[in-house]
Amino acid sequence: MGISDWLKQRATELADAQLGPDFRETTKALAVRQNEYGFDPFGFHRDSLRYVALVAQFLHRKYFRTQVFGMENVPEGRVLLVSNHSGQLPFDGLVIASAMLLDAHPPRMVRSMVEKFVPTLPFASYLLARWGQIIGTPENCSRLLEDEEAILVFPEGAKGIAKSFSKRYQLQEFGLGFMRLALSTGTPIVPVAVIGAEEQAPAINVKPLARLMDLPAFPIMPFPPFFPLLPLPTRYRIYFGEPLRFDGDPDDDDEVIEDQVKVVKNSIQTMIQVGLKERKNVFW
Amino acid sequence: MSSGNSGNGNGNGASASSKPKAERVVITGIAGRLGRLLARRLHRDGRFQVIGIDRREFLGRPKDIEHYQVDLRSKKASDVFRNGGIDALVHMGVMHDPRASKKDHHSWNIGGTTKLLENCQKYGVPKVVVLSSANVYGPRPDNAQFLNEDAPLMGSQEFPEIRDLIEVDHLASSFFWRAREVETVILRPVHILGGVHNAPSNYLRLPVVPTLLGFDPMVQPIHERDVVEAIVCALRPGARGIFNVTGPGELPLSAILHELGRRVLRFPHPLAKPVLTTLWRFGATSFPVPELDFIRYVCMVDGRRSREELGFRPRFSLKETIAAVNPT
Repeated sequence: MGISDWLKQRATELADAQLGPDFRETTKALAVRQNEYGFDPFGFHRDSLRYVALVAQFLHRKYFRTQVFGMENVPEGRVLLVSNHSGQLPFDGLVIASAMLLDAHPPRMVRSMVEKFVPTLPFASYLLARWGQIIGTPENCSRLLEDEEAILVFPEGAKGIAKSFSKRYQLQEFGLGFMRLALSTGTPIVPVAVIGAEEQAPAINVKPLARLMDLPAFPIMPFPPFFPLLPLPTRYRIYFGEPLRFDGDPDDDDEVIEDQVKVVKNSIQTMIQVGLKERKNVFW
Repeated sequence: MSSGNSGNGNGNGASASSKPKAERVVITGIAGRLGRLLARRLHRDGRFQVIGIDRREFLGRPKDIEHYQVDLRSKKASDVFRNGGIDALVHMGVMHDPRASKKDHHSWNIGGTTKLLENCQKYGVPKVVVLSSANVYGPRPDNAQFLNEDAPLMGSQEFPEIRDLIEVDHLASSFFWRAREVETVILRPVHILGGVHNAPSNYLRLPVVPTLLGFDPMVQPIHERDVVEAIVCALRPGARGIFNVTGPGELPLSAILHELGRRVLRFPHPLAKPVLTTLWRFGATSFPVPELDFIRYVCMVDGRRSREELGFRPRFSLKETIAAVNPT
């Protein structure tokens, strides 16, 4: 396969030139398991990280020019980062992961969860795994938390990311799974607020089309290119809150879990309000 | 309960001076590669007397291994048990020849297993080890990365040919609950690599290996000799239950092929299915179409239980396990 080897080599050279020698140290410093072939049990491969890091670094530093606040709040060892979700395309996840990888000392690898249909897609199926993404099953998450890793959760799910512009910065309904996970594995929760992603792709939701295509939402931007392929270069602000620790029975009734989830949700909503107040302009 | 030698005959204390009576172990499917490996391993151990049942001839059989070339459902096979003194059964007679007729397959596997288990209960065999496979869980896009022993056996949803294996597994697990006086162990090993003629080893031995463009699932290989060791662990008195058996680790299919230095031919998956179906129809391949999912999706298991409860540890590294498919 001459072409793919050639491409890979070019990409490697480009990545090494752009990321600098420090990045090799960064990936080496990541506390993840690795076998003799360089893979962790989920298919994460450190040396593959540089290709996505190239894009991530550009978006994080140059395009969205992220300001990160409260990084010191992220504790060592197992942690669940629980964030608001917005912007039609999940750049918020990419930027949070970039911040943890490129700005934290020591660097942290953040695992985020992909939908269950992703393994049916060619290329995405394995590329996302090589970059450390996992299928969002509770078993997978508890296994990684037991290995003291960091997992990023968007409890709003598709309802959050695909919401229309009129609902910006209003948290949608939270799932309860992350709280049960935190309780069963004794994991601290760090609430995260992302400001700026809402404006990257202001969209209106075309409900009939969504229903027709059996999708959770069908967001369309009211101006060209209509589909949110490229986000607007808004400035991102990420706030990491103080870790919250919960005790209780992970198999408790929904009402009990809901109360605990509400604590996390309120904390994120508060950080969002503060962040919006601090922000002077959407784009800088 | 027959001789009751299991109390003192185990462990390393089987010294030559006070030689305890050897444990009589029946192995079904002994003429297969894995069966022969197990027979030799037990034979060399000295603590076991091996008895084989297989319709095939046992090539290269050591003289003091008894071999009955009979059908599992036959009266002669029952006689082996009736004559008594059997301390353990290792059942690996699950025929998985994708080209054999489905009917034959089914009655041999299900009928044979049922008859065997019946005999074990009737004639007081205290230990039964059934070799199943981690394939019973099935490769599925929404599988957890590591399935544990309680995961549903969904393997036959896309792949009816694997139904026999699943039914044998079910027969064994219901036997495990029904016949509590028998110590039943069900082993579900991951992809066995080595000189064995199973689908994964045959696939990796191809000079040019077809894969699916854009798919590269993580797979778990295990060395055939490690599987034999796991069976030996399962034969220890006290061991009972259902166990996934995993090898030294997991890695992407592409890394295995790279390690073996195979040329890889990548097919777009919408194309692979019709092409393979056609080849299959003309008898040009022994690769059943639904098995494509094994090179597309993850089917990996959690082997912690077998390490903790059976004390099984794989001895071969990933490198050695992969190299084992090459003919020596």
